[in-house]
Amino acid sequence: MAEIAYWEAIRRAHDEELANDPMVIVMGEDIGVAGGTYKATLGLYDKYGESRIIDTPISENSYTGVGIGASMAGMRPIIEIMSINFALLALDTLINAAAKIRYMSGGRVQCPIVMRTPGGTAHQLAAQHSARLARMFMSTSGLRVVTPRGPLDACGMLKSAVRCNDPVIIIEHERMYNLKEEVPDEEYFRPLEGAEVVREGSDITLIGYNYSVHLCLEAAKRLEKDGISAEVVDLRALKPLDRETIRRSVEKTHRFLVAEEDEAPVGVGAEIMAVVTEDCFYALDAQPARVHAADVPVPYNHTLEKAAIPDADDVYQSALKVMGKI
Amino acid sequence: MNAEDQKRLLREMIFYRRFEDRTFEAYMERKIGGFLHLYSGQEAVATGVLEMARTGHDYVITGYRDHVHAIKTGAPPREVMAELYGKQTGSSRGRGGSMHIFDPTVHFMGGYALVGQPFPLAAGLALACKHKGSDQIAICFLGDGANNQGTFHETMNMASVWKLPVLFVCENNLYAIGTRIERSTAVTDQYKRVCGYNIPSSQHDGQNIETVMEAAKNAIDHVRGGNGPYFIEFMTYRHRGHSMSDAKGYRNKEEEEQWLKRDPIVLYTEKLRKAGVLSDKDIKAMEKAIDDEIENEIIKFAEESPEPRVEDLTKYVLDDNPDPRWIGPLQK
Repeated sequence: MAEIAYWEAIRRAHDEELANDPMVIVMGEDIGVAGGTYKATLGLYDKYGESRIIDTPISENSYTGVGIGASMAGMRPIIEIMSINFALLALDTLINAAAKIRYMSGGRVQCPIVMRTPGGTAHQLAAQHSARLARMFMSTSGLRVVTPRGPLDACGMLKSAVRCNDPVIIIEHERMYNLKEEVPDEEYFRPLEGAEVVREGSDITLIGYNYSVHLCLEAAKRLEKDGISAEVVDLRALKPLDRETIRRSVEKTHRFLVAEEDEAPVGVGAEIMAVVTEDCFYALDAQPARVHAADVPVPYNHTLEKAAIPDADDVYQSALKVMGKI
Repeated sequence: MNAEDQKRLLREMIFYRRFEDRTFEAYMERKIGGFLHLYSGQEAVATGVLEMARTGHDYVITGYRDHVHAIKTGAPPREVMAELYGKQTGSSRGRGGSMHIFDPTVHFMGGYALVGQPFPLAAGLALACKHKGSDQIAICFLGDGANNQGTFHETMNMASVWKLPVLFVCENNLYAIGTRIERSTAVTDQYKRVCGYNIPSSQHDGQNIETVMEAAKNAIDHVRGGNGPYFIEFMTYRHRGHSMSDAKGYRNKEEEEQWLKRDPIVLYTEKLRKAGVLSDKDIKAMEKAIDDEIENEIIKFAEESPEPRVEDLTKYVLDDNPDPRWIGPLQK
């Protein structure tokens, strides 16, 4: 086991999959000669050459479409979109094409692409670099959507995504690229389905995904000092969603909240609320809560940005409320 | 070209015309639903270009006016008709319909309803051909209207920079749905628009099948020869409206009559009759055989085929037999 950073984990997954299968290619802006905005493809251009590590023009919709077309003919493209905001330009090829081609061809043509992108707020990048669009992909039939919370999943899930026959959207986070975690030295895979209890507890369940898992873990530590035992569930996969793990945890703790960096209306949190209501409503002993971003385009100003985006304290305060402590 | 091939090509074009006419009837009988975009009038383009391609080997992709392209590529006509009927035996198992015919067994990679979306998909298919070191090429058929999408410009640029083996066939029928080309497009000669991307191009009469074939051969040779993409424009005209709901109120009678005189089947029939390849009697017999085939084999197959099962509604959304090593469940 060695401790590596999130970006190194992604780079390792690329390297291993490129070495494993000559049909794997990588496409994106500045991913080749420049090594990638977040270093996720550093050194791979020199190792695998320009025919496999493809620097694209700034044409998100069409280069994503090129990847999709290549996948229909047997290739395994990993497509990087520099920021999830830019993925909005590629929604036609992602949602109208990749997500629908298997279905509308009656299962005869598949699009095994992987689209990786950071989706979240970093530091003062303002509204057009801070979108959180997980909910949009989560609501699209024909896609898999995963949100690796750390290096272990970042490497293992990317490798699984490359080998899986469906289009997979991997949503990363700019604030996680330098996060470190131990990963096995030998080759390993992490599955694309299944939520995970990352901290056991008995009084309340804190449900998160992507960066908000870390907010939940921090809040759980503070709650412990108050004598409250919090369980933390990482959704890991938003689509398909693991309802069973959510139900089991809520039936154990009888209280929950869901924390996310996305805005609230029609968010992932709303879906989790609906799932709990449908699957285990009578297990609840208290009114649940959602922790989410303010319904505003993300502001540039540091103080305003901080106010717009939830932090660990927001999760903590919200948990106390669910527990009836405030 | 020998007389047998000429006869065969005329027969193919008449078959496509009758096939489309028959779908019109089935649509009126409400046996076909949704949108139906017919190819009548433009037959010489798909027939001529694909005659020169290596169908079944090269990749073919197009928009929603796709029945004829699919059949000429090699999709069985009865499966295309069954698809229009929404049957389980259809090309897309009844999940796609008229606009989404697929037959990967002959490398027909689909009809798409988003105008201009096939441009990048075609470039991707070509990228795969090049990556594999194959002599396959990708052929993308789209109308003039598609060239006003961003995907046109983005894809021409990438196809040129990466020297992809892709042939773009522009079927210029002068109308983008119901808007005439000069009302929507600054440069009406479409072949001129790719010079900004360093892609060689040319414009030809799309109503004369032998002209189409000769031009297509040169273009395909260029692409297959490793010289990068080529853009070929054919001037043509659709007889019917954009789709079934279109009463063609935006076109005038004189224009329609002029183009009807240049109908590809009329032109080719006259040519072959004059050359003594075919007599009126031969043509009558040919038409009769085609109608019998359509009725007794194709329509019958579509009518008698089973509907998809409701319990299979969620089939084909994702891989129905995924490998648990990649999918899970997660070991707790």
